[in-house]
Amino acid sequence: MNVLIYVFLAIGAVFNGLGAIALIRFPDVYTRIHGATKCTTFGSIFSILAVVIYGFARGGGQGGTLAVHALIALLFLLLTNPTGSHALARGAYRGGIKPFRAVVDRLEEKR
Amino acid sequence: MIAELSFGVAAAVLLAFMCVSMLRLAIGPTAADRAVALDTINTLVVTTMVLLGAAFGQVIYVDVAIVYALLSFVGTLYIARYLEGGLK
Repeated sequence: MNVLIYVFLAIGAVFNGLGAIALIRFPDVYTRIHGATKCTTFGSIFSILAVVIYGFARGGGQGGTLAVHALIALLFLLLTNPTGSHALARGAYRGGIKPFRAVVDRLEEKR
Repeated sequence: MIAELSFGVAAAVLLAFMCVSMLRLAIGPTAADRAVALDTINTLVVTTMVLLGAAFGQVIYVDVAIVYALLSFVGTLYIARYLEGGLK
């Protein structure tokens, strides 16, 4: 059981780190949203699942409460994180930011 | 005992990633870059709070993380509406 917790924590830390690196390395807003949001969402899923496994393994009243509340936090994170990043990308596009080295803009032509 | 320590270590690692994201928050060329960096930091803060709740054995930290996730979502939506061309 402990090994599973360590593996999940390691996966979560690695993917959160990839999200932070993507935020630094990528050239424009849209690629930064792409890298940062996907990697941090995936990493957070595994980090919080480690807490859920730990809570259910510890058992008792407090462990079960910890696990269920962590599951609720994960549910809200999964609902709000893609919605927020979609709103950010939409706002950035309507605010007039072009993608890096863009030649054509099919979305603008379609309108 | 060892599992709690590993949760604490993971929280410290996520804190380092938050500092890396803070760099983009400081140097971001446009306002949208800063908003994306803030959104990433918010996600990392929620994850770190859940990990710290497991590390210290306090369920109230996880409740704080739930409330923080919802409030930061509302803040992100307001910033996105502002980027779209002002609040009308």
